[in-house]
Amino acid sequence: MKSTNMLRRATLGALAAFATLASVGVAAADEITGAGSTFAQPIYTRWAEAYAGPSGDTLNYQGIGSGAGVTQVINRTVDFGATDVSVAPDRLAANQLMQFPTVIGAVVVSVNIPGVDGNNLKLTGSLIGDIYLGRVRMWNDHRIAALNPGVNLPALAIAPVYRADASGTTGIFTNYLSSVNLAFGTTTGAGTSVSWRAGIGAPGNAGVAGAIANTHGAIGYVEYAYVAENHMQAVQLQNRSGAWVRPTVEAFAAAAAQAPWGSSPNQDASMINTAGATSWPIVSATYVVVPTNPTDAGRARKMLQFFDWAWKNGQTQVDALHYISLPASVQNRARQRWCQVRAAGQAVWSGCH
Amino acid sequence: MASVAFENSRRFHLGESFFKTLLYLSASIVLITLAAILVILYVSGQNAFEHFGPQFLWLDQWDPVRDLYGAAAPVAGTLASSAIALLIAWPLGFGIAYFLTESCPRRLRTPLGIAVELLAAIPSIVYGMWGFFVLAPVMASNIEPWLTSTFGWLPVLPNEDNPMWFWFQGAPVGVGLLTSGVVLAIMILPFIAATTRDVLLTTPQLLKDGGYAMGATRWEVVTGVVIPAVRGSLFGAVFLGLGRALGETMAVTFVIGNANRMPDGFFAPTASIASIVANTFPEADVGSMKLAALFALGFILFVVSFFVLAFARLLLRQGRMAA
Amino acid sequence: MTIAAINTGNYVRRKIFSAIMDTVCLLAALAGLVILAIILSTLIQRGAAGFSPNVFTHAMRATPGQGGGLSNAIVGSVIQTGIGTLIGAPLGIAVGIYLSEVGNNGRFASLVRFVNDILLSAPSILIGLFVYEILVVPHAPFIHGGFSGMAGGIALALLAMPVIARTTEDIIKLVPDSYREGSIALGARESATITRVVVPAAFGGILTGILLAVARISGETAPLIFTSFGSFFTSQSVFSGPMASLPIAIYRYAAGVYEEHHQLAWTGALIITVGVLLLNIASRAAFAHAQRR
Repeated sequence: MKSTNMLRRATLGALAAFATLASVGVAAADEITGAGSTFAQPIYTRWAEAYAGPSGDTLNYQGIGSGAGVTQVINRTVDFGATDVSVAPDRLAANQLMQFPTVIGAVVVSVNIPGVDGNNLKLTGSLIGDIYLGRVRMWNDHRIAALNPGVNLPALAIAPVYRADASGTTGIFTNYLSSVNLAFGTTTGAGTSVSWRAGIGAPGNAGVAGAIANTHGAIGYVEYAYVAENHMQAVQLQNRSGAWVRPTVEAFAAAAAQAPWGSSPNQDASMINTAGATSWPIVSATYVVVPTNPTDAGRARKMLQFFDWAWKNGQTQVDALHYISLPASVQNRARQRWCQVRAAGQAVWSGCH
Repeated sequence: MASVAFENSRRFHLGESFFKTLLYLSASIVLITLAAILVILYVSGQNAFEHFGPQFLWLDQWDPVRDLYGAAAPVAGTLASSAIALLIAWPLGFGIAYFLTESCPRRLRTPLGIAVELLAAIPSIVYGMWGFFVLAPVMASNIEPWLTSTFGWLPVLPNEDNPMWFWFQGAPVGVGLLTSGVVLAIMILPFIAATTRDVLLTTPQLLKDGGYAMGATRWEVVTGVVIPAVRGSLFGAVFLGLGRALGETMAVTFVIGNANRMPDGFFAPTASIASIVANTFPEADVGSMKLAALFALGFILFVVSFFVLAFARLLLRQGRMAA
Repeated sequence: MTIAAINTGNYVRRKIFSAIMDTVCLLAALAGLVILAIILSTLIQRGAAGFSPNVFTHAMRATPGQGGGLSNAIVGSVIQTGIGTLIGAPLGIAVGIYLSEVGNNGRFASLVRFVNDILLSAPSILIGLFVYEILVVPHAPFIHGGFSGMAGGIALALLAMPVIARTTEDIIKLVPDSYREGSIALGARESATITRVVVPAAFGGILTGILLAVARISGETAPLIFTSFGSFFTSQSVFSGPMASLPIAIYRYAAGVYEEHHQLAWTGALIITVGVLLLNIASRAAFAHAQRR
């Protein structure tokens, strides 16, 4: 019958088409895949663009949040995960992972108050904590006015913005707030995903930045590169020494210089609320988590080569995006620790013995 | 002739049973799928149910730091946004259906009807995006301030010292319960319009003619004759729309505000079961309490949807058989 | 009763009331349709603005200014929709045939019909969770686990099957009994009657159902989030590794800061909508064509 034939032909045709399409991906080039922190996304993607030229391998990075990034590398769906909050040593061991820092960045607090220049606005960490607890609801609250005499604060409701996804940036920020605001520490607490008392959630650093830009009266926390690239306003904070600091690379570097790299086994170091008269109080390293038992030695080596290249040749991008490079000693120690990554009984990194 | 039939009879039977078995198997797969979904959702969420007990259903907490979860907030957000959506969509949908079946010029009926059905096919993510990029800013800058100035006198419930429901007060951020309800309403509107129109069309013309013959006006015929005749099916259509709204993910996740708290006003950001699951899923480790809580929420959603859809189907089929 | 009595006060009042309600309903209809028209026009305006060959030839890029497009997402969507249809259609047709030819109104068939209707309208996010738990979570030694385009396709198949089953049943019931009687009179077995007479006669309607199902699953986002996860990359294989899809690409892009990404999100939404609408129109055409035979 005609229609049966037609059906048969259509099915065969469709099958052939799908077979072709399904095989399209197979011929694609070798691509290192990474996922996680949107805090580090700007610098990783900038490095990846520059890297594609010299070596031919490419890095494709997906910013889905630190929490998801770690979950994905645990599930081995990506070559490396990126997180801004150090992963607990037992979780690393249980999932055969190793972690090393890559670069240092800063979290800043951005605002969108019509008629007010947010760059000249002063807020203490404790006050920001109260804002995120819902205790301070209006921009013309006396507590904000007391810190900003002469600024014409409008009677506008404060709209706090936070991360809807599990975020290392949230981890850094809540760590800071918990350390300067006792009530915040006991109620909301610190972590990549917390129970916020007030405000709205947006996905990714990019989502938070977008929400701030679109909402009058918004306040939110983002990695500095997002503020710089999108010309947003970031408030001044008071550091541990009591000085008011603007979010500048110098302030970030001052804090980074205080990092206690010491001998922490996983090379994590807190740069929150560091000493120093000019230090920015919310600075953090960002980490990469890789499997210690990769199935493909070549891919693992290429991934480590990428970071090695970035440390040696990526300073321009670091400066352009206002990140801070790790001290050379830290980078060298990381390279030594790369020898933990082994496939088929051998270290994948060529600099090992 | 008869001998040919006998010769082939053994092969005949085997082929037949094989074919029938294939069909039975396929039909069974439908049943197995539903059962499997229920079982898997429950088993995967068991940890949460066992750890928090039945209180999980009304615990208002979502604290990943301390691994404390409860379903109250997402369930409340789901029900509230769906209720708002139905309240808005049903009158409009009924109006469209009434217009299409009664007062619309005959020549326009088919094209408009097709237009409504096509609109029902638009993927929900389009509504979510429109809600986020177009509606939310308008809500924030125009509609919500207007609502506050018009309805701001509504008292805080139950009282000032224990504020739980702020009505139309609060920061007009543009995303939140009301906006998600509006977006949901627009999304299910074509669906409700098409289903209601189908229901209205099943009314026997005889009944309507009888009404007109008695001198009733068009409106009286619809409200006095048609609606009572198809009342069950109309409810069925409403519940079907509700079933759609309950499970909607993309239209809602963009505009609901992603706050895992009970909504305390129309402008409050909140979460629905679908939005919490979609947002939290990528970071929930296998074997974690967080993942169990998500599956538990999924189980609750499935049970609620099941009853709503089953009830809707009962009403619709009853109506169809009575007609 | 004289004709004059028709225009007495009470009746006039009722007539006016009815006319007012007519207007109210007209306004409601206009309001609803106008809102939907606004949404469509916004979609077309914003989506068309970003149309360029790049969208179809270049893969997604995480940063703007790279000539990023949506090619990998489009291909991924086509592949997963295809898998969903290839698996869901035969299954759905078989169920439809069972319900209309074999089971009829028996208890088992009624149960299957009921469950099918539930599955039809069930929240798609739960289907995604379900497939996640059986296929993506590793269950050694049988299931290796991991996101994959295959898992996404299977989730879509579970969504397509009830739609196709329902439409197939409805359309097969419409095939006149004279066809079946003629076939049996010729001595054909029941399976031959069904496969060689009834189904080909209903072919147009079945195709309609398949096209409707394809339209429905191509716009689904939630089930794919849990099964193929979406990606910025071009997938190396259907069986392992996350696969991009258009709805997820739109979702990720829409949540970004860059204008270029927002633009691509609108364009992607327009592509999906146009595709879905064309499929719906095609299915209507197929149905009308079949009815004319």
